[in-house]
Formats: sequence, structure tokens, C-alpha cells
Amino acid sequence: MSAPTGITRATLLKDLRLEWRSKDAINSMLFFSLLVVVVFSFSFDPNAEESRRIAGGLIWVAILFAAVVALNQTWAREIRNQVLDAYRVSPAPANSLFLAKAIGNFIFVSVLEALMTPLFVVFYQLRPLGPVWQLLIVAALGTWALVVNGTFFAAMSLRTRSREIMLPLLLFPISIPALLGMVQATTNILTGEGARVWIALLLSYDLVFTTACLILFETVLNAE
Amino acid sequence: MKKTFPIFGILTAILLSCALYQALVVAPTEQTMGEVQRIFYYHVTSAWTAFILFTINFVASLVYLIRRNPAADMVALVSAEVGIVFCTIVLVTGPIWARPVWGIWWTWDMRLTSTLVLWLIYVSYLVLRRFSSSGETPLLAATLAIFGALCVPFVYFSIWFFRTQHPQPVIGGGGSIDPRMMHVLLINWLAFSCFAFLICWSRYRLEKLQREVEQAQAMESLTQSSRSPR
Amino acid sequence: MNGYLIAAYTATWIIHIAYLSTLVSRYSRLKREIEELKKK
Repeated sequence: MSAPTGITRATLLKDLRLEWRSKDAINSMLFFSLLVVVVFSFSFDPNAEESRRIAGGLIWVAILFAAVVALNQTWAREIRNQVLDAYRVSPAPANSLFLAKAIGNFIFVSVLEALMTPLFVVFYQLRPLGPVWQLLIVAALGTWALVVNGTFFAAMSLRTRSREIMLPLLLFPISIPALLGMVQATTNILTGEGARVWIALLLSYDLVFTTACLILFETVLNAE
Repeated sequence: MKKTFPIFGILTAILLSCALYQALVVAPTEQTMGEVQRIFYYHVTSAWTAFILFTINFVASLVYLIRRNPAADMVALVSAEVGIVFCTIVLVTGPIWARPVWGIWWTWDMRLTSTLVLWLIYVSYLVLRRFSSSGETPLLAATLAIFGALCVPFVYFSIWFFRTQHPQPVIGGGGSIDPRMMHVLLINWLAFSCFAFLICWSRYRLEKLQREVEQAQAMESLTQSSRSPR
Repeated sequence: MNGYLIAAYTATWIIHIAYLSTLVSRYSRLKREIEELKKK
């Protein structure tokens, strides 16, 4: 039982260490996130009363775009060094690799969120009227929803032409219920209304799709 | 096999004509919306047919994942494609109905929005099949189909709940339906189901022929390359 | 009869006929190809 989790942890730590050492991806992603927030601020006037009402939506769309850019290079390093082929012939369970990648992406996107959210709060003068700890739950569940499916579809896109566009093309439609949930939950918490149903929706979405990804990843990994 | 197709085709054509007559003439005129309401008979039947076809896609994809049966893969492809055709009709007739009744072309009402998301999911399925450069495209497609099918309940629930928070008029209305209208609706549904079956059958035969041609071409290039001097 | 009603029904049939025409043209093209392959 310890072997799969050991593999997951080892792969995850390796990825984090590589990212930290190169800092290429982190720096460009952080700058990209800043740019997204600024562009949104110019497109949706932060002073207008309406913008504050849609701030929940704006934050999540910004995170979605940043996540797609991050997800697109999930498997890039593995492809370059033929790691995937090595993984296929090894006895290691496929979903250990998947979990490691997904958790790594989750951490990565969370770092981006940690940068973008304060900027949004400052630019849009947001004052959450509901409990802030609920916002953290929504952030975690929402990010996981995007990342778990995104990591899976990124693996599927590897075997397509136009790899970079294929990921959002596959991810966006499937993510729509989760997106609705994240945005509505965030907006409701900001305006002080109840978000319990939306949080329950996100939780069940996460459970269903994490299970599906774990069951089906082996199939996708081994597909030539 | 070869004779049943034309016979069934003629029967379906007759059924469709009957259903059309029923929808335009026999069915009673609705009180508030008037004649425009008759769009309902085409709009709703297309929606039901699309939904059934997408369910077939889910089952066929599941069968393919378990048994790797090429026929199952073809059924999945066919049902997705024809399902999208019917889904497109729902998305086209919906706004045409909405415009005279509500004054706007698109309302983000529950049914139309859910249908749009369904359409997007299955179009992305076809895009994956088209753009895949893998030798195991059916496998990847079947996986995506499972994801799509799993997503459907979430789509309907989330949009339904959103609409209870932000109510909007619903295309096609709720409430009880006149039994005479129900009768006409069911006739149209039967006619379009037969029609959908015919289209799927034709598309299946086309796909089979396509794969035969591809195999023959592959064999051709193999034998040619083995014949050519080294 | 109502213009929107006619438009909706016509649109439905246009979409069906368009799809069926693509099937027919693909079928005839494939038939031709298979004839050529059989000749070789």
C-alpha cells in the first residue's frame, strides 16, 4: 500500500524541485497572472457597481485562463525526456503518476491564485460580506475541479494535432457545471448569501471526476 | 437487409408526413402563444431524440471500454454525430420560438442552456476524434464520452439550481399539457425516432465502408512498398 | 400561418437534408475509391 503513495510523493517532489530550480515556469506564470488581472481591470471598470457584483466571475475566468496555460505544459517535460514510455513499461501504477501531476498542478495554480486574488480584492475594492473561510473551501474545491480534469485532458491531448488548443477545447465544456458552481459560490459569499448548495455541488463534482480520472488514466497512458 | 431499408424509409416518410399534418392542422391552437406554439412539436421531439442518442453513445462507449469491440465504437461515433444534428435543431428552433413569444432570441433559460452545454460537450467529442493522431482514437474517444456522460447530471442540476436563484421564463413553459397535444407530440416523436434510426443506420453503413476503404488503402501501400526495389 | 412557425419547420428540414446530403456525397466518393482500388 505504501508503494503507490511513495511513487506519488517522489514524483511530486521531483516536479516541485525541478520547478523551483528552474523558476522559468513560475516566473512567467506569475507575470502572466498579473497581466490577466490588469487586462480584466481595464476591460471591466472596477469602479462600476456592476463590476463588483461580477467580481466572483472575473476572478474565476482569470484563474481558468492561467490554469490552462499552466496545464498545457504539464506533460511537456515528460515528453521531452521520454519519461512516459519509461513509466508505461514500469510496474508503477498509472494513477500514482496522475495524482502526482494533478497535485503538482494544484499547488502551482494555488500559488497563482494567491497572487491574483489579493490584486483583485485591491483593484475591485472587494469586501466579502460572508465568511471568508468558506472562500478558501470554494477556492480549493474549484481549483481541484479544474486541475484534475485539466491534467487528464492534457494527457489526452498529447496524442492529437494542435495539442495546445485541444486542452481548453476538451476542458471547458466539461467544466461548465463546476465553473458555474465556483462563480456562484464566490459571488454568494461576497454578497453574504448562502453558498452551501454550490459547495456541495463542487464537492460531488470533485469526487465523481477524481474517481473517473483515477480509474481511466491507465487507459489513456497506455494508448499509443 | 437491403430490402428492409427502402421499405422502412417509405414507412418513415409516411409517418413523418402524418406527424407534420397532425402538428400543423390537427393539434389545437394554444391559447396564449397561438400558432407559434406548434414549433413545440419539432423542438421537444428533437430534444428527446438527441438525449436518447447521447445515452446510446454513453452505453456504446462503455461497451467499447470493456470489450474493445469495433462495432461499439462505430455506434458511439454514429450516435454522437446524429445526436448533435438533432441537438442543433433544438438550439435553432428554440430561439425561433423564443423571439415572437418573449421578444428576445436567446434566453438563458434552463432547458436551452443545458442543451447548449450538451451540444458543446459532444462537439468536443467529435473534435477529439477528428484531431486525434493516436492509433487508439476509439479508446480516447470512449474515455471522453464517459466524462461527458458523467457531466450531464451536473449540467442539469447546476443550471436548474441557478435558475431557481435567478428565475427566468422557460421556453415551452411548465404546467400540464392538453392530452390532444400530448397525442400529437408522441406521434411526432415516433416519426422522428424512426427517422433518427434510419439516419444512424445510413451513417453506420457509411462508416463501415470508410473503414473498409482505409484498410484496403493501407494494404495497397503495404504491398506496393514490398514490391518496389530496395 | 405564422412566419416564425414556417421558419422553424423549414430550418429543421434544411438541417436534416444538409446532413443527409453530406452522407450521400461521402458515400458516392467512397464507392468510387473502392472501385479504383478493386481495379488495381
